[in-house]
Amino acid sequence: MEKEKTTIVLFSGDLDKAIAAFIIANGAAAYDHEVTIFFTFWGLNTLRKDELVPVKKGLLEKAFGWMMPRGSSKLGLSKMNMLGMGPKMIKHVMKKHNALSLPQLIELAQEQGVKLVACTMTMDLLGLKEEELIDGLTYAGVAAYLGDASDAKVNLFI
Amino acid sequence: MNIKVHVDAKGLACPMPIVRAKKALDGLESGELMEVVTTDKGSLNDFQAWVNQSNNEMVKQETVDGLFTFVIRKG
Repeated sequence: MEKEKTTIVLFSGDLDKAIAAFIIANGAAAYDHEVTIFFTFWGLNTLRKDELVPVKKGLLEKAFGWMMPRGSSKLGLSKMNMLGMGPKMIKHVMKKHNALSLPQLIELAQEQGVKLVACTMTMDLLGLKEEELIDGLTYAGVAAYLGDASDAKVNLFI
Repeated sequence: MNIKVHVDAKGLACPMPIVRAKKALDGLESGELMEVVTTDKGSLNDFQAWVNQSNNEMVKQETVDGLFTFVIRKG
């Protein structure tokens, strides 16, 4: 039997939106769907390693690198961020309710075989290099995404 | 009832109960039974929807004192 497919475009780099994307992705994987998350623009920050990776970059790209959150544990909230207080509060509440943290959700997604695709075009724009992103990613563009999306029933843009 | 595998998903939040159940079900042969116990209020609708979307079958569902028990036969 051919597997059902689900795709998600994660465009946003907000903690709350990334959590929603990964919960849906993990749920779809539990439905035995073939799941793809396509990361573009600010969504790419979710995939950054939290340590500083020394890579050769231009001045503008370096500035982008410094200004954007370095990894899934550094993302801010789309509402009530309050200079970083909001994410601290939400993480505390999530722990209390036994909900998985974003880094745990990402790990679970990889374990469940969710395909994580980084958009190479926006990586160039934001000056992000493969070495700066977590392991186990696929690198591709819009055509690869559409290839997956055109035979999926669930396609979300977050 | 000969239940092959028990999944304790008590205290776990969405989407973990379904993820755990799926993993356990993957290890079963067709026709074998799995029991899942959860406390997440959403899991009542979640498990029903999840079973409906597959060729698995809900054999029994019981709610006692905030504990949701599901017995599912693998299709």
